[in-house]
Formats: sequence, structure tokens, C-alpha cells
Amino acid sequence: MKTRKEAVKIKEKDAAGRTAGFEEVVEGYSEKETLQEAGRCLQCKNPTCIGGCPVEIDIKTFIRQITEKDYSGAYFTIRQKNDFPSMCGRVCPAEYQCRKACVLSKKGLPFCSKEAINIHFLERFVGDYGMANDLTVPVREHKDFSRFQVAVVGSGPAGLCCAGELARQGIRVTVFEGLHGSGGVLRYGIPPFRLPREVLDFEVDYLKRLGVILIPNCIIGKTKTLDALFEEGYAAVFLGLGAGTPSFLRVPGENLCNVYSANEFLTRVNLMSAYQFPRHHTPVNIGKHAVVIGGGNTAMDAARVALRLQKMNGISPDTTILYRRTEVEMPARRLEIEHAKEEGIKFRLLVKPVGFSGDEKGFVQKTKCLQCKLGEPDDSGRRRPVDIKGSDFELDCDLAIIAIGLKANAVLTKATPALKVDPWGDVVVDKETVETSVANVFAGGDIVGGEGTVIEAMGMAKKAARSITKRLLEKT
Amino acid sequence: MKILNKKILTQGTSGRVVRFDVFSPEIARQAKAGQFVVLMVKKEGERIPLTVVEADPAKGVLALIAQEAGLTTALLCRADAGDELYSLVGPLGHPTEIKKYGRVIVVGGGVGIAEIYPVAKALKGAGNEVTAVLGARTRELLILEDEMKEVCDACHVATDDGSYGRKGFTTDILKELLESSRYDLVYAVGPLPMMRKVALVTKDFNVPARVSLNAIMVDGTGMCGCCRVSIAGETRFSCVDGPEFDAHAVDWDELMKRNNIYAEKEKHICRLNNV
Repeated sequence: MKTRKEAVKIKEKDAAGRTAGFEEVVEGYSEKETLQEAGRCLQCKNPTCIGGCPVEIDIKTFIRQITEKDYSGAYFTIRQKNDFPSMCGRVCPAEYQCRKACVLSKKGLPFCSKEAINIHFLERFVGDYGMANDLTVPVREHKDFSRFQVAVVGSGPAGLCCAGELARQGIRVTVFEGLHGSGGVLRYGIPPFRLPREVLDFEVDYLKRLGVILIPNCIIGKTKTLDALFEEGYAAVFLGLGAGTPSFLRVPGENLCNVYSANEFLTRVNLMSAYQFPRHHTPVNIGKHAVVIGGGNTAMDAARVALRLQKMNGISPDTTILYRRTEVEMPARRLEIEHAKEEGIKFRLLVKPVGFSGDEKGFVQKTKCLQCKLGEPDDSGRRRPVDIKGSDFELDCDLAIIAIGLKANAVLTKATPALKVDPWGDVVVDKETVETSVANVFAGGDIVGGEGTVIEAMGMAKKAARSITKRLLEKT
Repeated sequence: MKILNKKILTQGTSGRVVRFDVFSPEIARQAKAGQFVVLMVKKEGERIPLTVVEADPAKGVLALIAQEAGLTTALLCRADAGDELYSLVGPLGHPTEIKKYGRVIVVGGGVGIAEIYPVAKALKGAGNEVTAVLGARTRELLILEDEMKEVCDACHVATDDGSYGRKGFTTDILKELLESSRYDLVYAVGPLPMMRKVALVTKDFNVPARVSLNAIMVDGTGMCGCCRVSIAGETRFSCVDGPEFDAHAVDWDELMKRNNIYAEKEKHICRLNNV
């Protein structure tokens, strides 16, 4: 096959059609396209891409296996490092990670250039192949492990990953989830048009097939304490609590009706299926002029959900993202910024909302904003937005969604004083073992590092699983 | 999550008030006065918060009381013994701070009496002198009067139409009590206008007042911020920071408006379901 220079374009549903519902936007590569894209890989002697992956997937090998049409081999290569290739192939910010590290990517940019190999789409193809053919990683049961029970708190990316890693070694695992549905942010946060529910359900079902017990509606710290888990006989606990508490702007009018946190808006729509109201009973309000504040993936998700709801409710789409820096500084995935633009989301950059005003019934009507310019870089290395005095203006806004980040949820940590937290409320862990200040309690994911990505959470969860395994071996 | 018993407390035209005993050993073991649960009646249902009225750790049973007000409470009140709730989680929120305050007045309006009952019982148990003031629109809507009498030193009743007890409002009785004697704490749960009035009256007499707020919630664990309220100018989450707050610090206007946020949608879905 002749090697192509240009990346193989991914098939996507057209913007007009896809915004009428919640169907997955990216349709993925066909086998032929996968082979073409994999064929572009230079198979570098010293592959740099692997260093760009938070869990160090052997990217070079799995791409070579694709070119040999050994898709099972490719699947198991990925699975050595990553439990959920179908999910990561869809939600990993590859343009900041493996693809940015790809030798074909132009250097000096905050993210990869379009020449980089579409590693994530290849991973997705391989992951979906594994799912369709029911490829499962063999269980390496350790004969002494079956008498141990480990509790996993939270069924988000970190919890699911840790549960799978442990269960495959024959350890009995119980996952405690606070909500009625499993998956954490994968279910309540990420909309189905980015991560179809079948993919998430498959991974959860797979864990159940491995013998993992999933207990919903159980909040550790409320329904039962951390201590109670040890009393019940669990030998170790993994905390994958997530970063659950939304931050607000702390500006006047922020508690007006129809000002939502992105978490609330997305939870209503994704977890509670408010887009199917009244068939599903949870309501969500939608406005003629929706404004989303923030520049991350959550902001993109919220805006794209809002625009879909406008269309589904016969409202002419008008959804605007306000961000106080420029597009380059946006932490969102480039792919999702492009998708948002294609779908008709408007971007008002270098704009900072300073307040909201409403009608006599308390519903938001307008937002008052300031224009900003970029100043010196701040701690994050991004240029700091500086207010331009006297630049204030008003925007129509009868639905506002605040997507400016999340903080640690304090429900468990407040109920467990022995669990050491940092000034931000994140759980403090030993860097090597990810063990917390409480013996035999390990933690990973957003509750440790603050807001990160699915793959980073999984990386920490795997580390925790290794530490837990080691600890159990000491006890045998 | 199985409903063991169902008892219809009132039949009123504006919606029945129903008591349920639900089997939930883990929550029953942990629940304290002032805490609540979040439940879903059906898979496609909403998550709604309800106060834990009684918890029996020995039997693993929780008592909940709901009034038919919207679709979800109507569906709940239609459920029967033997039915399973789709989801039930808790206990959530901070428990009431139970200690010896001295002389306490508990004020309950309508279905709010269900919420002050466990608190009154616990306060009495902690050695307080507890006076109850109960209110209902009319006699047949008054709930838990006997239970309240049992755990309180005195019990006063007001009905809007004068069909039972005093004609008037709970706050009329509250005002007279505060005029006639010194009290150390007022604890109130009821409709927002009542709690707001309690805040005004107690402020005049410089008596501390606690209220349990019924903000709209989704998860009930601090994840969404739907239940945010302004307390002394600061935004707090009812679910994890409350549900109880200093009545004098609550922004009542804001809360009343926020609690009407889905009024239109609620009307629509109730009409569709003949509720």
C-alpha cells in the first residue's frame, strides 16, 4: 500500500444532522482507513509518541500490528497499559499527549499539528474490534488472593480501572457508587455524542463478568464510614472519588434561575435523561440565548448539549461560549472546539462575565461582561487575562452555564478526619505507592491531582492496583 | 428499598400526605434527626429529597412522609407496600445539632411537621423543654399531632380556617409565646412563607432560629449546586452545607424564586400524567 503523507480524515456525522439528537459524532475509521493511517507511521527507532502517553502504551508496536492486520495483537498490546481503549480512543486529549509527541507533528505548538498520526482513532478502531470480538485479557489468578476483598469507592474512570486490575488477579472487588448509575463522570458528565453509553455499559458489564460487585446508592462517608469497610473485612480500599464540586464565578446574580453549573446541567441531561422530558421526569430549562462560561471540555460539552436542546425544542440555535483568554489557551480538546464550531456554537473570546441580571421572577436575562486582553503568563504558564477598564457590555442570556472547573468533593474527607487533604481538599498520597495517610487506603484520579483526564486517572488507578497487590502479597 | 407499610395520613383536596416505612438497614443505622434521603420512585423518575422522619436501626426501617405536590410525590404516594423504590440513598446533609439549649420552640407547618418530629424528639431526649407549634390549612390536613404531643412539653395548634385549634398562623402563636416568656431556640420547618415569617418574628425578639431548607436537588451530595442558597451573602449548598441554616441569614426571596424554577414544566408533566 502506498504511504500517504496526509492524515486520513475521520468520518463524522454532518453538523446539521447530528445536532438534532445525541448520536455519536465521530463515526470512526473503516478497516481500510485504519490501515492507511497506520501505514503513515514511520515506526521510529526511538518512538517519542510513547513518552506522550500518560500510561505509556506501546504505540509503535500496536500500530505495526495494525499494518500486519493483527488487530487482536494490537488490542492486547494496548491492553497491557490501558484497560479501556474504546473509551480512551474517544475521549483522550491525544492532541496534547501522544500525538503532540509524534515525530510528524510540527513542534513549538501547545498541541499537535494535523500531520501527527491519528493515534487515538487507531486506538478506537482496535478497542472497538476487541469489544466486537469479545477479546478479554486473561485472568491471572493468584491462588492466595481469593480470600481478599478490596473496596473501590467511586465507579468513574479511576475506580473502574482499579477494580478491573484487581479482579483480573482473582481479588474479590466491590465497587461502591453514590449515584444510581455507574461510570461517574463518564455517565453524568460526558455526553453520549462523545461517548456512547453502549461503550461504557460494555466496560461495566465486563467488570461484572469478572466477578466485580457493583453497589449503587452507597455513599462512603454517609451510608457507611471508611472504617466500616475495614470492619466488614475489606483488606484495602481504593478511593476514586473524582472532583465533584462545581466552582462558581462568585459574581452578582449567579444564583438567578437558569444559571446552572455545568455539572448540574450535564447531570440533568446525561444521567437523568432530561432531554427526553417528559418521558423522563427530570426537567431542564433551555433558553433562546444560551451562554456557556469556560474553555475546557466541560464547557464544550455543555454548549453542544444546550444547542442540541434548543434545536430539539424548536428554538433557533443561539449558544455562545465566553472565555477570558483566546482559543490557543483553551484547555479543551482541539477536536471538540472544531466540533463545537461546526455545530454553530459562537465563541466570544477575551470576555469575562462580571454579573447577571434577571426579571422580576428571578430568571436570568442578561449577563454583563468585560473585555480582556492577555497579560503576563500566570502559574499555569498561560497568559493571564487582564480586564480592559470601561469595556463592559451586556449580552442577552436566558440560560447561563458555568463551566469553570471543579473542586474536590468533601463528603468523605470531612467524615474521615484521619484522611489527610491538601489546602484544596485533594487527598494527599505517597507519590510512589499512592497510599493515603490512612493505612491500606489508596487514592487516584481527580481526588488526588485535581481535574485531570480519564487516562491520567487510569494511570493512577493502575499504580494503586499494583500497590494493593503488593500489600496483599505481604499478607499472604 | 422495599416499602413495608403505607399509611395515608390525610386525604386533603390539595394532595394526600402519606407515610411510608421503607426497608433500608444501612441508612436506618446511620440516620440522625435532621438528615434526609434522595430517592427515585421509577427508573425514568426524578431524584427528590425527603426528610427521614424515623429510623429504626434494629428493624432496619426508615419512615418517610410525602405530600402529593408534583409528579414524583404523586407517583410515590401511589406506591404500595411491597413495591420497591428504584433508588434510595442517604442519610444526607448534616444532622441537627442536638444538645441542651434550654427552652426550645419547634414550629411545623403542613408536611413540615414530619420534619420537626424527629428533631423535637431528639431535643426532648437531650433534656430541653420543648414547646410545639403546629399549623395546617384545615383540621383534616394536620398530621402527627399525637406523636408531637407525646414528645413535647406543650403543643399548640393553629389552622388557617379555624377548624381546629387557633384560627390563624403558627407565627401568631409563636409571637405570643415569645412575648410571654424567654426561649433559647426556635426550630422551624414548613412552607417558605412560614419559615420566612418565623425568621422575622424571632429576629424581633432576638431569639436564635434554625430552619431546614427544602431547596431543589439532584444528586444531594454537593455535585451539582442546584440547591445553592445565599446565607449571609455567601453561596452555600443546602445538601452538604445544610439542610439547616440560621433563619436570620437566609435570602428568602432568592430561595422562593429558585424553588419555582421548574413550575411550568411541573404543571405540564402533571397534566400529561393526570396528576
